[in-house]
Amino acid sequence: MISIGRIGAILKKELLQLRRDRMTFGMVIMIPLIQLALFGYAINTNIRHIPVGLVDQDQSGLSRMLVQMVGATQVVEFTQTYATPQQAQQALTAAEVRAVLIIPPDLPARLVRSPAIGAAPPPATDMVSARPVAQWIVDGSDTMIAAGIKSLRSMPLTELFRQPPNRVVPTFEMALFYNPEQRSAVNIVPGLVGIILTMTMIMFTSAAIVRESERGNMEMLINTPVRPIELMIGKIIPYMVIGLVQVAIILGLGYLLFNVPVNGSLWVLLVVTLLFIGASLSLGLVLSTIATNQLQAMQMTVFILLPSILLSGFMFPFDGMPGPAQAIAQLLPATHFMQMIRGVVLRDAALMDMAGGMLWMAGFTVFGLLVATLRFRKRL
Amino acid sequence: MSPAPPPDPEVVVSTTGLTRRFGPKTAVDTVDLTITRGEIFGFLGPNGSGKTTMMRMLTGLLIPSEGRARVLGVDLPGKPEPLKQKIGYMTQSFSHYRDLTVTENLDFAARIYGLPRRRRKARIETLLQRYDLEAQAHQIAGSMSGGQRQKLALAAAVLHEPQLLFLDEPTSAVDPETRRQFWARLFDLVDGGTTIIVSTHFMDEAERCHRIAILETGIKRIEGAPPDLMAGLKANVIEVTGDQLRHAKEVLDADAAVLSSAQIGARLRVLVRKDQADPETHVAALLHDAGPVTCHRTRANLEDVFVAATGGGAKRPAEAAA
Repeated sequence: MISIGRIGAILKKELLQLRRDRMTFGMVIMIPLIQLALFGYAINTNIRHIPVGLVDQDQSGLSRMLVQMVGATQVVEFTQTYATPQQAQQALTAAEVRAVLIIPPDLPARLVRSPAIGAAPPPATDMVSARPVAQWIVDGSDTMIAAGIKSLRSMPLTELFRQPPNRVVPTFEMALFYNPEQRSAVNIVPGLVGIILTMTMIMFTSAAIVRESERGNMEMLINTPVRPIELMIGKIIPYMVIGLVQVAIILGLGYLLFNVPVNGSLWVLLVVTLLFIGASLSLGLVLSTIATNQLQAMQMTVFILLPSILLSGFMFPFDGMPGPAQAIAQLLPATHFMQMIRGVVLRDAALMDMAGGMLWMAGFTVFGLLVATLRFRKRL
Repeated sequence: MSPAPPPDPEVVVSTTGLTRRFGPKTAVDTVDLTITRGEIFGFLGPNGSGKTTMMRMLTGLLIPSEGRARVLGVDLPGKPEPLKQKIGYMTQSFSHYRDLTVTENLDFAARIYGLPRRRRKARIETLLQRYDLEAQAHQIAGSMSGGQRQKLALAAAVLHEPQLLFLDEPTSAVDPETRRQFWARLFDLVDGGTTIIVSTHFMDEAERCHRIAILETGIKRIEGAPPDLMAGLKANVIEVTGDQLRHAKEVLDADAAVLSSAQIGARLRVLVRKDQADPETHVAALLHDAGPVTCHRTRANLEDVFVAATGGGAKRPAEAAA
C-alpha cells in the first residue's frame, strides 16, 4: 500500500530543505529570468549590420553612390577600406571583416549594360552585358552571415540613375502566419520553456536522490517503512510546482519584454507542460539511480541537455535534419515538447492536434518511473 | 510439511547457518545465533569482520546467500517490509538531515513511521525531554556537536517504540563521558522491554553487553556473557615489567606456548597456553637473557578473550624471526 502520509513526510522535508537551500532556490528563479532576457535579445536569425570592407578601384561618383546604396540596405556596414583585393583578402583571413565588396575600374561600362538599373533586358547572347557590376568576396564559413550577404546578389540599382523602381510582380504570393513580422523571439521564447525545463527538472531530480545517498541519509531511509515509489513521488511533486513557476516566468516575461502572446488555451498549456515536466522528472530519477554522486548526475544532465538544445528544433529546424538525427531527436521529450508548446503558444493548437506527442510523453513518464523504482529497489 | 514448532515469544532473533558472500569474499560465514527479549547483544570484532553485514541481514536489507533467520517472527529471506515498522536502526555515521532542525528531523521520522498527529507531538516532546535535547529543539542538526547528534539519532531510532533496536558502532565518534551517558539510556530502553543489538570494536562497550559474540572474518569465534568469557579463557595472563620490552616481545613471540604478547605502556601482557604448567616461571625462564624482568599473573580482561579467540594481531612469523 502506498501511504499518503509517508509521501507527505517526504514532501514536507523536501520543501523545508529547499527553503534553506538559498542557492537552489535562487537558481529556480534566476535561470529562467536571465536566460530569457539573454536569449530573447541575443538570438537573432535576421542578420543586420555585418561588418564588411571595400576595395574601390573605380573611385568615381558612381562607385560612391553604389556603396551608399548597398550600405542603405542595413544588411552590411562598411567599416574598412582597402587599396587592393590582396589586402582585402588578408583582412578576411584575419577576420577584420566578414566580406569585402570589390568595385572594378570599369564600373560605369558594366553598369550601363546591367539589367539591375532597369533598362531593357539585354539579349541572352550578349555575354559582355551579362557581367555583374561588382564582386563580393565572403567568409562563407558561417552560413547565416553568408546567406545575409547573398541576399544582396540581385539587388535592384534603378535608383542609381534616379529612375523610379520597376513594379516587380513576384512569382508567388507569401502569407506568413503566426509570426508575420518574422521576429526571432516569437520562436525562441516558447522554445526556451522546453530548454529551461529540461535543464532544471532533470538536474534537480537527478541530484535530489543522489544527494540522499551522498549525505548518508539513504542508509537511514532504507531502514524505515518508506517505499521507493513513495520517495520518488514525494520528491517529484515540489519540482513539478517549480517547473510551473518557471513556465509562468518565461511566458509572462516573454509577453512583457518581447511581446510574444499566448494564443492558445491556458488549460492546454498546463496539460502539455505538466506532461513534459513529468517526463523530464522521471528521466532525472532514472539518471539518479545510475549516478553515484552529484557530479555524475550533473554530467549526465549535460549529456541529455546538449542534444535537447541542438536536436529538438529549438535552434535549428527539426525538418532540416537527416533521418537518423531525427530518429534520435524523437527519443528526447524536449523535441515533442518543442513542437507542442509552439503549437499551443503560437498557433492555438488543440489537445487533439497533439495526441501523438502527448501519448509518447505520458508513456515516457510511466516507463521512466517504473525503471527508476525497479533500479532503486535493487540497490537496497 | 509438518507444522513448525510454536515460536518462543522470548526469542527475538534466531539464525541458522546464516551466510553472506560478496563475490569470492565471504563476509558472514554460517553463523548460528539466538537472542532473547530484553538483552543487549553485542557483535565484537575488528573492522571488516562482518558486523555490519550481519546486522543488515537481520534487518532484511541484505538477502543471505545461505541459511535463514527469524527476526520478531518474520522469516528471512522473505518479505522484510513488515519488519521495518518494528525495528529501529541507528547507523554508524549520522544519517539524518543536517539541514533540518532537531524537531523537524524527529517530525519527519514520526510521519514516516505513520504516528498519528497527536501522538506525534507528544512523543517528540517526551523524547526531547528524555534525551536532553530541549535546548537544541530548533537548532539545525548539522551545527550540533557529535554527542548531540548521536542523541538525536537515538531519539529518531526509538521514536516509533521499536521492539528491536540495531546500533551500528554507536559511540565510535563520541567522547567517553558521552558514551557512558549513552549506555545509561540504552539500559533504560532495555528496562522498557526493548531488545538491543549493538556492534562495536571497543572492549569497554562490549563489556557492558549482556552477551557478546566475537566475529572474525565473518566467523563467530566465541559467544557468551563477558564475565563467563573472561573466566573461561583458555590461557593464563602474565604481566611482564622490565626495561627491554621490545626485545622481550620478540623472544616471547618465538615460543610455542605463548599465544600472544602486547605492550601496554611499561608492561608486556602475555597470554600463555592454559596447558603450560607454571606459566610465570616459564615466561621468566624465556626472558632469562633479556635483562632483568618481573613476571606476575593477572586477571583476564575482555581484550585477552578477544585476542585468544581471534588469535589475532600477535604472532606474525616475520616479526618473530626478525
